[in-house]
Amino acid sequence: MAELLQSISGGLGQGSIYALLALGFVIIYKATRVISFAQPALMLAGAVLVSYLVGAVGFYAAVVLGVVGAALLGLGIERTVVRPMVGKPVFVVAIITLGIDIALRVVVNGFIGNDVRQVGDPWGFARISVLGVAVQERHIATFVTTALVITVLFAFFKYSRLGLAMRAAAFDQETALAQGMSVGTVFALSWAIAGGLAAVAGTFVATGAGLDQQLWIIALKALPAIILGGLDSLGGAVVGGLTIGVVESLVATYQSDFAPWLGQNFAVVSPYVVMMLVLLVKPYGLFGTREVERV
Amino acid sequence: MLAVRNLEVVYNDVILVLRGVSVDVEEGKIVALLGANGAGKTTLLRAISGLLDVHDGEVTKGSVTLDGEPIHRRNPAKIVTLGIKQVLEGRRIFAELNVEENLRTGAHTNTKQLRSNLDRVYDLFPLLRERQKGTAGYLSGGEQQMLAMGRALMSNPRYLLLDEPSLGLAPLLVQQIRDLIVEINKQGTTVLLVEQNATMALSIAEHGYVMETGKIVMDKPAKELLDDSDIREFYLGLGAEGAAKSFRDVKHYKRRKRWLS
Ligand SMILES: Nc1ncnc2c1ncn2[C@@H]1O[C@H](COP(=O)(O)OP(=O)(O)O)[C@@H](O)[C@H]1O
Ligand SMILES: [Mg+2]
Repeated sequence: MAELLQSISGGLGQGSIYALLALGFVIIYKATRVISFAQPALMLAGAVLVSYLVGAVGFYAAVVLGVVGAALLGLGIERTVVRPMVGKPVFVVAIITLGIDIALRVVVNGFIGNDVRQVGDPWGFARISVLGVAVQERHIATFVTTALVITVLFAFFKYSRLGLAMRAAAFDQETALAQGMSVGTVFALSWAIAGGLAAVAGTFVATGAGLDQQLWIIALKALPAIILGGLDSLGGAVVGGLTIGVVESLVATYQSDFAPWLGQNFAVVSPYVVMMLVLLVKPYGLFGTREVERV
Repeated sequence: MLAVRNLEVVYNDVILVLRGVSVDVEEGKIVALLGANGAGKTTLLRAISGLLDVHDGEVTKGSVTLDGEPIHRRNPAKIVTLGIKQVLEGRRIFAELNVEENLRTGAHTNTKQLRSNLDRVYDLFPLLRERQKGTAGYLSGGEQQMLAMGRALMSNPRYLLLDEPSLGLAPLLVQQIRDLIVEINKQGTTVLLVEQNATMALSIAEHGYVMETGKIVMDKPAKELLDDSDIREFYLGLGAEGAAKSFRDVKHYKRRKRWLS
């Protein structure tokens, strides 16, 4: 039982990371209909920024500045590279974001070097006992922070003027324009939010062990989370991310006992297996809208 | 005053749709713009509200001025803040948002007076108050039209451009929308009313324009238009004897008009 709870708590921590990345992707997609593969680079950039700032300002301030920095980076990418592509085929723009991702990672790698950099988080691998189960503090911190970020984000979309404009423009751009909204602002804002979310994700991935040039690979698992939840569903991104995290963790914990014939490291591919199983039953993801195009 | 002068609009750099249109909308009035499908009515509204860009359209000649200031190179957001608001054809409510959220989107440029504008809209359309937390997509056609108009009023515009508000509505609802337009006008908003339902539009407008293939072919006080035999024939479906005319006669009318203009 303790083992199960431990596995699930670790899965929720990791799943929170996928959820944050998936949310950024979905927000960009809903607002601009762009399929962005630039999330891994934004995540890496955010974490690296935190690792450079932490010495000067401490962990929490570094996270805030890292989020702001990655948000500005996302905004800059939108303005300079993505905006001029408005109206181009979805596929073309998606490939361009892939190019942005690779280029940006090359630059950021220059700042990482061959070492492992630390984000200087207060948790390390320390554990605390929750209901008799030893849980890593950093997993709790990740989960709680994510819950907080998501709450703020949903409140932003529900109550704020700009959040409402983003929902309106996502639904019908011309009508949004007719209300006096700036669709350009909505585009830029969606990339900024995605950048900020990626920075939070990156920082929490790097808690404990630190970060190196391979950190971005984690972000790839946001993809099955997105497909699972549906390309255009914010709630779906959250549920998808957490599900993938928990499944991956459970498989890692129990597969060697129950299905050793699947070989070692099956946990690594388990998110993709879950994704394919869901797609067989629900081709638009669990919460996706029907008319959304498939990638 | 909102004044359109010799306006020429081209779509996709090649399709000339408006060919020298001039229209005056005097402050405080209801002005009707009539015309068959494809005449260019919606295009004229887009040129005024700055929405041509979305459709790859462009003003190539002429001007749109508000109180003498040219506005046809301004972006839609700026034009809204200047006090001109368009209600798009087909209502175009945000179906996924609830009624109140739809109204709040209309207040995007004017959040300071959100509360008072919301009260005003709810007083005009009590039905919307009842449904304020309901998903807008579930409203009936008439209710959606009211929501679209209410949303436009949320920024307290000086000029309201209505694109075929009666489209697809049952006669009783058309009456209701008509009365609401009169009430909105009484409260101080100038209205440019685009309609195919000429009877409805001319019954409340002071002045009317008739558009045909991108040109204004008639420009008269609404009362004279109502009495005009051509208008009666073509738009009201009534011949001189008061009987409905056949489609062939209508086509004849169109041919004749084109030749005249
Ligand atoms: N986005 C567009 N691109 C090209 N042609 C258009 C576009 N929108 C409208 N048109 C053409 O312009 C003409 C006038 O259309 P419109 O202004 O919608 O007329 P109305 O509102 O009077 O029915 C029509 O012939 C229509 O086909
Ligand atoms: Mg039209």
